[in-house]
Amino acid sequence: MSQLSNANETMKEGKERYKAGVLPYKKMGYWQPDYQPKDTDLLAMFRITPQPGSDPEEVAAAVAGESSTATWTVVWTDRLTACELYRAKAYRVDQVPNTGEGTKTEAQYFAYIAYELDLFEGGSIANLTASIIGNVFGMKAVKALRLEDMRIPVAYLKTFQGPATGVIVERERLDKFGRPLLGATTKPKLGLSGRNYGRVVYEGLKGGLDFMKDDENINSQAFMHWRDRFLYCMDAVNKASAATGEVKGHYLNVTAGTMEEMYRRAEFAKELGSVIIMIDLVIGYTAIQSMALWARQNDMILHLHRAGNSTYSRQKNHGMNFRVICKWMRMAGVDHIHAGTVVGKLEGDPAMIRGFYDTLLDDHTPQNLEHGLFFEQDWASLNKCMPVASGGIHAGQMHQLLTYLGDDVILQFGGGTIGHPQGIQAGAVANRVALETMVMARNEGRDIWNEGPQILQDAAKWCGPLRAAIDTWKDISFNYESTDTADFVPTATTSF
Amino acid sequence: MMTNPNGIVTQGQFSFLPPLTDVQITAQIKYALDRGWALSVEYTDDPHPRNTYWEMFGAPMFDLKDPAGILMEINNCRKTFPNHYIRVMAFSSVRGVESPTMSYIVNRPKNEPGFGLVRQETQGRNIRYTIHSYATDKPEGERY
Repeated sequence: MSQLSNANETMKEGKERYKAGVLPYKKMGYWQPDYQPKDTDLLAMFRITPQPGSDPEEVAAAVAGESSTATWTVVWTDRLTACELYRAKAYRVDQVPNTGEGTKTEAQYFAYIAYELDLFEGGSIANLTASIIGNVFGMKAVKALRLEDMRIPVAYLKTFQGPATGVIVERERLDKFGRPLLGATTKPKLGLSGRNYGRVVYEGLKGGLDFMKDDENINSQAFMHWRDRFLYCMDAVNKASAATGEVKGHYLNVTAGTMEEMYRRAEFAKELGSVIIMIDLVIGYTAIQSMALWARQNDMILHLHRAGNSTYSRQKNHGMNFRVICKWMRMAGVDHIHAGTVVGKLEGDPAMIRGFYDTLLDDHTPQNLEHGLFFEQDWASLNKCMPVASGGIHAGQMHQLLTYLGDDVILQFGGGTIGHPQGIQAGAVANRVALETMVMARNEGRDIWNEGPQILQDAAKWCGPLRAAIDTWKDISFNYESTDTADFVPTATTSF
Repeated sequence: MMTNPNGIVTQGQFSFLPPLTDVQITAQIKYALDRGWALSVEYTDDPHPRNTYWEMFGAPMFDLKDPAGILMEINNCRKTFPNHYIRVMAFSSVRGVESPTMSYIVNRPKNEPGFGLVRQETQGRNIRYTIHSYATDKPEGERY
C-alpha cells in the first residue's frame, strides 16, 4: 500500500501559522504522516471519496480538522490552548484497492486519524459521536465519506458500563448453555389485539422456543396498547414456563416518545416479572445508555433492535459501517443486537458478519482486514453482547447457521415458526429439534457443513414437524449480491 | 402429566432428542474434554426452572480426562438415583467465560408431573405468578 506523504505540505510554525486568513488544513497541522499513535489515542478510519481534483491528504486533513478543533479559517485563539494536543492528526492515507482509474469505482481513500483522549467526555456516546460524525459528513470537500472502523482505547472503554447483563450472565439466568438460543418475532407485526398477540407468544414458547419478541414498531397503537400487551404476554410466558420447566422470555418493547414513558413501561415489565425488555436503535444513543443503566439496576436483559441502521450503514461509500455501531452499542450497554444472518433475507456478507460477531463477543479482536476489522481492539473486560440473527431464516438452514454464527447467537425464526403448516408449536418443535440435532452432530465431530442436509433428513424421520418444515421451505434462499463487502479479498464475495 | 410437545421437562441442550445412549454421551464428554472443560454430574428431585443448585454427585472432575471414567461416574449416579433428574455439566475456567458451557439431562423420573401455575390476583389487572412443582409437595427423596 502506498503512503501518499508529502512532507513539504505539513504544518507551518509560529507566527506564519496564525496569520489571519485561510490556510489549507494540511498546513494547519491536521496532516502528520510521521505521527505515531499513542495507546491512549482514539483511532478512526474513514473511507473518503474526494471531490474530483482534490488532494486526498488535504481532504483527510480536513476531516481530521473538522472532527476536532478546526474551523474554516485561522483563529488566533488557538494559541491560548494546547492546540497541538487537541488537533486530530490524519497520519495515513491509502488508496482503496480496486478503485480509481481503470476500475468501475471512482477513487476512494482510507484515511487514518488519531484523536487525543482528552477530546472526549467519558461515558458519553453522544459526545464521542458529536465529534467523529458530527459535521464532517456534510463537508463540501468530500463527495462521500464513510466511517469504517474505530479503535477505542482501553482508558476510554473503562468509562462505559458496557452490556447490562452480558452473554455469560444471561445464559446463567436463563439456565441455557452450549447451544444458540431460539426466538421468534410475533407476526403479523401490526394489528393483533393483546389477547390474540399473547396466543402467538404462548404457542411459540410452549413449543420449544426460548424467547418471543415484539417487533420494532410495536409500541402502543390503537389496536393494542402497551399495558394490555405486557399483561397478556407475561401470562403466556409464565404459562409456557410452567408447561416446559424452562425459563422463558418475551422481549417487551418499551420504546416510546419520551424517557419518562420508557421508564414507566420498563418498570411495569419488571413488576410483571419479565426477564427482558427491548428498545429500538432509533431512540438515540443517550436514551440507549440510560436504559442500559436502568437494566443493570433492575436485573433486566436489554435487547436492541437495530431499526434504522440501514439508512446509513448499507451503502459502501457513505455513512458508517455497522461494525462501528456494534462497538458503540457494546459500549452503550445493550445485551442483544441484531447483527445479521448471512443466509437470510437481509444484507450480509459472511466475512463482514463474522467481523460484527467478533466485535460483539470477543475479549480481544485482532486486526483482520478480510473481516473488515481495521484495528486491533482490546475490549477491557466489557461484557459480551449477544448477536441476534433474524430475518428470513428457517430450520433447513441450521447447519449453515451454526457453522457461520456459532453458539453465542439468538436464532430468530419468525415466519419459520409461525408459518409452519402444522401450527406454531410444531414450528417451534421443528426449529428446536433441528438445532439440538445439529449441535449434537457438530460436537460429535461430524462435518455439518456437508452432512447437514442429511442430518436434518435423518431427524425428520422421527420428527414430523421437522419433516413438514423442510418440505415447506426446502427451496427458499435469498441469493443477492451484498453491498457491504470486504476490500481485502482476492475475489468478490456473494451472499449465500 | 405435562402437555408440552415432548411431555417432559425440556431443560438442557438435548431434551428434544431421543434419550442419549452411552455412546452419544461419551462423544459429548470428549467434545468438552477437548476444549479443556471440567465435567460434573448433578442430580435433583426439584426441577423448578429457577432451581439453580442441583446436588453435586461429587465435585467437578477437574483432573479426570478419561471419557470412560466420567461415563462411569454418570452411571454410578444413575444407579444411586434412578428416579431423579441427572444432568451433565461442563465448566470453562477461561477468562471471560468462567461459567458453565454445557448442560444436558441424562436421566429423568419415569413420570414427570410437571408444574402448576399459581396466579395471585393483585391490583388492577396485575397478576403475580408462581410456578409450582407438583413433585415438591412431597418431602425430598420421596418425590418420584
